[in-house]
Amino acid sequence: MGANDEMLLLKAEHIKISFGNVHALKDVSLSIRPGEIHCLAGENGCGKSTLIKIISGVYQRDGGTIEFNGKKLDKITPIDAINMGIQVIYQDFSLFPNLTVAENLALNTEVASGKRWVSWKNVRKIAEDAVSKIHLNIDLEAKVGTLSVAQKQMVAISRALMFNAKLIIMDEPTTALTKKEVDALFKIILNLKAQGIAILFISHKLNEVFEISERFTILRNGEMVATGNTKDLDDSKFTYYMTGREFENKKFLPAKVSEKPIFELDDLTSPGSFEHVNIKLHGGEILGITGLLDSGRTELALAMFGMLPASSGKIIRNGKVVEIKNARDAIANKIGYVPEDRLSEGLFLQRSIADNIIISEIDHLTSKGIYDRKKRDREVGNWVHEMEVKTDNPENPVTTLSGGNQQKVVLAKWLATKPEVLILNGPTVGVDIGSKHDIHVILQKLAEDGMGVIIISDDLPEIVQNCSRVDVIKEGRIVGEFSGEGLNEAAILSAMM
Amino acid sequence: MRKFKKAFNSNIEVSRLLVIMAFWLIFMAVMQGGKFYSGKNFLTMAGQFPEYGLMVLGGMLPMITGGIDLSLVGTANFTSILCVFLAVRMFGADGTMPFGFIVVFFLIAAIVGVCVGSLNALLVSRLSVPPILATLGVNELLLGLNIVMTGGAAISDFPKEFCDFFSQNIGGFLPRKVIIFILIAFLVWFLLEKTTYGTKIRLYGTNAHVAEFSGINTTRLLFKTYILSSVCAALGGLMMLATYSSARADYGSNYTMQAILLMVLGGVSPNGGKGKVSGVITAIILLKFIESGINRFKSVSTYYVTLIWGAVLILALVMDYFGEKPRKVRVKKQG
Repeated sequence: MGANDEMLLLKAEHIKISFGNVHALKDVSLSIRPGEIHCLAGENGCGKSTLIKIISGVYQRDGGTIEFNGKKLDKITPIDAINMGIQVIYQDFSLFPNLTVAENLALNTEVASGKRWVSWKNVRKIAEDAVSKIHLNIDLEAKVGTLSVAQKQMVAISRALMFNAKLIIMDEPTTALTKKEVDALFKIILNLKAQGIAILFISHKLNEVFEISERFTILRNGEMVATGNTKDLDDSKFTYYMTGREFENKKFLPAKVSEKPIFELDDLTSPGSFEHVNIKLHGGEILGITGLLDSGRTELALAMFGMLPASSGKIIRNGKVVEIKNARDAIANKIGYVPEDRLSEGLFLQRSIADNIIISEIDHLTSKGIYDRKKRDREVGNWVHEMEVKTDNPENPVTTLSGGNQQKVVLAKWLATKPEVLILNGPTVGVDIGSKHDIHVILQKLAEDGMGVIIISDDLPEIVQNCSRVDVIKEGRIVGEFSGEGLNEAAILSAMM
Repeated sequence: MRKFKKAFNSNIEVSRLLVIMAFWLIFMAVMQGGKFYSGKNFLTMAGQFPEYGLMVLGGMLPMITGGIDLSLVGTANFTSILCVFLAVRMFGADGTMPFGFIVVFFLIAAIVGVCVGSLNALLVSRLSVPPILATLGVNELLLGLNIVMTGGAAISDFPKEFCDFFSQNIGGFLPRKVIIFILIAFLVWFLLEKTTYGTKIRLYGTNAHVAEFSGINTTRLLFKTYILSSVCAALGGLMMLATYSSARADYGSNYTMQAILLMVLGGVSPNGGKGKVSGVITAIILLKFIESGINRFKSVSTYYVTLIWGAVLILALVMDYFGEKPRKVRVKKQG
């Protein structure tokens, strides 16, 4: 690695572990210098979590060596790891939601002290010390369950710092955060670095890796495929390391746009969520709608699909005003909607892939009132093939699929209703890079074939690459429209903020 | 052997009950062969189960949607009391009822079913009352009405043509009540397996929110479901009328629990999304065998029947646990 070995805080080499016949890690090495921000990246299932569990003593490795702070370690228990200064902040933060912030922070120390009685004064003092390290301003008496995700994360970081941490491992810390909260988190990470604490930052988001880390390690299928300085990395290399595939990210250019708009919103208003929204969508174009998390974009999406009807204004399809009061009205007007949260709104998780695909068009799969199983199976077969859903049996529960393939099922379900307008709210959230690319290709193809597509997303690279026109929504109002040359990330971002 | 195993696993709920049934039948053959295996005993059993069997067939539908119908028994008694009142009003307490008037009884059952079912569905779908409370409330309402109408006493003076007709057997071995049960069982099976309704309620039962997003007309689905349930219960009421030859506000008060027990035993998931007609029919027959078998033992009081039902339910759940276990992937060691 070029670096002098004595400078390393953590040196893990040739780590191997297998569960049954599955070789979760084949030959992985990872080295971290004191006080550096190191990014560990890789797609879901590549072995990132397994590696950190080995380092923190949760799993025992089958082979390889680990040195921490210059000391060779044969066997690590979770207690050893904590005592040496290794702290892991998991995605669920491992906090007690029913206890207060102060109790959560002081719990370990109090228990460790072996005292029978709780000194509340002591609890408060410990907690105050803990939060002061990251200048966190928080009500110590608040129940953790009532805090926002970002606040919980800060509490978890404060707790980690109580143990003289030398290395803090953060497992995908930005997943549930807004852009502002991510910025605040990064500030704290830099502050920790200044105090000489090393951070192992786990992420699969390209922009974060570039923004925060100095060095990186990328895993794929249990093997280390690359490690080095982040400044030597670029977009296409990163994607290639992650997936092993090279993608041509094709910028969407509308081929033939219909003369008249096929879908219009005229002064659509829903007080408190969005106001006076005017949108025109032509067949053959992909319109992007972007805005911050609470900008009203989701409410607008739900209003277009009838799940949260607007209180005033008109929805116009092919020049005619239509009433869309529920999802059925929307489907009858040939509008499809890929929801924001596929787990709670898009899929019947325990049901088969097949049932999930056909449910919205089920009334067309009958002959003489009787459910035609053959027709259904044909339809399912077609869509599984068309969308390249990776499954050996469509009667398996949809939970057996990866996030990307689940999203393809949601897409198939809506395409099966033969929509002319397709609204997608966060079409690639939680989807691996390969499937994300596949979904973009599908969407561009649909638009080329004449469908009107609306992508609602805060993933700016996605918006810029796939949309021919972008509307920015801020505090419930459309504040800007970009197209052609003016359509770039910087312009959109400044309109969003 | 492998083929057998496959058939066993393909319908695990039914197979499991059949195993228990086989053991029970062998046990009865050894212990009480002559008394249990008599044509008369089988005829008695066949005459008894349709009344609550119908409630199970109907009640399983709300349970598949993730709800429950606790108004089954109230609906049944309400129906039989209305029928008796009408017959007395038209033909007098000791008059004769024209045979064709039986159709009117069924008509009343259908009307009561539609009304009660709509009320349940209205509360559940439009006002978002939890099904368990909505239907419990409706049941109390009906029970109250029944008591007010009858003054709490049994009415046994009314034209008995209906009761006579439905307590007879065809060809000496097939009770007419069983015919009604088979017809309804076929109807419910047809709806669940041969129409899109079955897929829709199972998906609705899995996740109502996603069903809404998928464009399923959930209000219509719930109305259909609760109406079917109440119509079945009302038909059950007619069968009770035939059995007891009288109507009372609180006949069959233990049928609610019994019906729920049979649904769960028959593989209908109380969480919704799962349930088959074949399962509940097997459960109905099994429980009837067990109940009747126990009655053959002079030394065992009939009070023990409830206790044994509880034991059977727990046994089925235990078998379910062990049957499912190896199929679960071990999740402990996943990275």
